[in-house]
Amino acid sequence: MVMTAAKTVDAAEIEKFSRMSADWWDPSGPFRPLHRLNPVRLTYIKDRVAEHFGRDGRSIAPFGGLTALDIGCGGGLVAEPLARLGASVTAVDADAVAIAAARLHAAGREIEVDYRVGSSDDLAAAGSQFDVVLALEIIEHVADRDEFLAALGSLVAPGGLLILSTLNRTLKSLVLGIGVAEHLLRWVEPGTHDWRRFVKPSELARGLRVIDFAVADLTGLVFDPLKNEFHLAADDVGVNYFMSATRLS
Amino acid sequence: MSLRRFDVAIVGGGIAGTTFAAILGGAGLTVALIERQPPAALKGSAYDGRTTAITFGSRKVLEAAGLWADLAPHACPIDDIRVADDASPLFLHFDSREVGDDPLGSIVENRLIRKSLYKRISATATVTQIAPATVASLDTSGSLARLTLADGREIAADIVVGADGRDSFVRAAAGIETIGWAYMQHAIVTIMGHELPHDNVAVENFLPAGPFAMLPMTDASDGTHRSSIVWTDHMDAVPLYMKLDLPAFEAELQSRAGEWLGRVWEIGPRFTYPLQLRHAKRYIAPRVALIADAAHVIHPIAGQGLNLGMRDIALLSELLVDRRRTGLDLGDPMLLKRYEDARRMDNIAFSATTDILDRLFSNDIPPIKLARRMGLGAVNRVPFLRRFFMRRAMGAAGALSRLGRGERL
Ligand SMILES: Cc1cc2nc3c(=O)[nH]c(=O)nc-3n(C[C@H](O)[C@H](O)[C@H](O)COP(=O)(O)OP(=O)(O)OC[C@H]3O[C@@H](n4cnc5c(N)ncnc54)[C@H](O)[C@@H]3O)c2cc1C
Repeated sequence: MVMTAAKTVDAAEIEKFSRMSADWWDPSGPFRPLHRLNPVRLTYIKDRVAEHFGRDGRSIAPFGGLTALDIGCGGGLVAEPLARLGASVTAVDADAVAIAAARLHAAGREIEVDYRVGSSDDLAAAGSQFDVVLALEIIEHVADRDEFLAALGSLVAPGGLLILSTLNRTLKSLVLGIGVAEHLLRWVEPGTHDWRRFVKPSELARGLRVIDFAVADLTGLVFDPLKNEFHLAADDVGVNYFMSATRLS
Repeated sequence: MSLRRFDVAIVGGGIAGTTFAAILGGAGLTVALIERQPPAALKGSAYDGRTTAITFGSRKVLEAAGLWADLAPHACPIDDIRVADDASPLFLHFDSREVGDDPLGSIVENRLIRKSLYKRISATATVTQIAPATVASLDTSGSLARLTLADGREIAADIVVGADGRDSFVRAAAGIETIGWAYMQHAIVTIMGHELPHDNVAVENFLPAGPFAMLPMTDASDGTHRSSIVWTDHMDAVPLYMKLDLPAFEAELQSRAGEWLGRVWEIGPRFTYPLQLRHAKRYIAPRVALIADAAHVIHPIAGQGLNLGMRDIALLSELLVDRRRTGLDLGDPMLLKRYEDARRMDNIAFSATTDILDRLFSNDIPPIKLARRMGLGAVNRVPFLRRFFMRRAMGAAGALSRLGRGERL
């Protein structure tokens, strides 16, 4: 089956990630910052999902019986751990190279993930629904945010959970998010982000209310340059943040 | 043949490997525990006649892992350690009351530790015991570690933990070298009965040929008072002592034990162990970590070998369990690095201390004799220093892991 290029995905943005997709799984390769970020991301996701669905976060398969969708999954850095935590995972990315790399890796690790080249639009059009939908570091790259949110919303099963992460549009994120990450530390390629597309939590919350979701949590993600580590911070959403929302209707 | 996928594959089902399996399995991780001896052989008293001085810190690890309840009735507390020298008895004295109400440690028979460990892991569905089985090859080039057993079975895991003792196969297969040397001393190990109670006192008597330790055990079911003997002597003399008949051996025991326990006799069985100091240059390799004797072997002079291993276990299990709860790959190079960095310093410090202790005492040279008498005398006079040494020996210092602090994983 040939997937049609989704209209909300900006072709120029995708091209930028395609160039980087070969070394997805090398912890000291070009995706090193994502590997550093991953334990914190997964801790956040696991805690939110465990809380929402009443699961024991200390068990090793707290997502048993849940379906999850990872949008913009790249090489599968989040999709694989989700599957290992017990979810049956579908993961999509418009970048066919990244999906190919992800499939290869999951096979080598004997982890089952349903990887698909495509976009949230394709799945929404097909009427698919999931208990948990993730859109991590995606919304700041999409061309039409409202349209994207509407598609996301329709993918969440009633009673399900939507988790987003993105960059806030503040002076701090202009300096730290782009200046430091892209230029100083060379974590991500310069040109990866466009600050004007960053989203304030209030804007995201408003967008979610429009599609009839209730914001359940807002947590900041902070980088500590001294420890060279990320951590979650409830009171600092100035640069990166997570937002979880539940479907009301 | 069939390939099975586990979170963690542990090679070596000694006390360290089995404890590690029990802790990981208890947290829900799927574990393959591969041991080349049949389990029944490891449980018998003919296999391991040693006792282990379980420090306070190790006890916390065993408690948190749910293993201690089984062992507690058989554990004899050490309330006091008396260090004596050939010529001057009882001149260094460690009393547990100086650092709190808890005993300095507890003496437990290794065979009982093994028995309760096997009982525990047999009841843990997440642990698959594969024994007897020998590992033929290790391949860590891919995104999973793969072990091939001698019978052709294959096992895949995120990480392979070498708990296969001093001559570790995993260590060699991962290309990790060791530094160290064999001591000219070997140890004779046996159980001794005695007329008078030991009052929970451990005695280490430094004789010119090597330290002679009497470690208090719980009374036998018939009320016999017992102590575990670790008698270190020159390697050429040990075979001769091993061959002695009972009356001759008991006469040797009595002359070393002194009079404070009254008449002594041998309950046995008698074992002998060669002694060495060995340290792995690295504790880690891609998808590989070494724990306990596979990483470090020390002189038993301070009864700390397994206790250091327990500290390895406490830290590595914490790192692995926390990571598994995020669903991430357990073979993470940063995780392995954190383990190695934290454990190497501690273990090297201990290896050096025990080596120096042995060298200081196992000789008859007057200046050294004088120096050690002065040294020990000084420690004894300064309560602060003595408490420092006791805390170290109790394993309470450097409790950097949750299990070591008595918290749950
Ligand atoms: C005389 C003496 C007294 C001691 N007293 C104390 C004390 O009081 N306190 C203390 O803390 N420590 C003490 N120690 C040290 C302690 O005994 C050791 O540190 C401890 O036994 C090490 O346990 P381990 O599980 O790491 O290794 P081991 O007990 O050596 O276990 C290794 C296991 O791996 C298996 N194996 C090896 N190779 C393979 C392979 N290729 N495939 C599959 N299986 C394999 C072996 O069969 C074995 O069962 C003493 C040591 C000696 C010699």
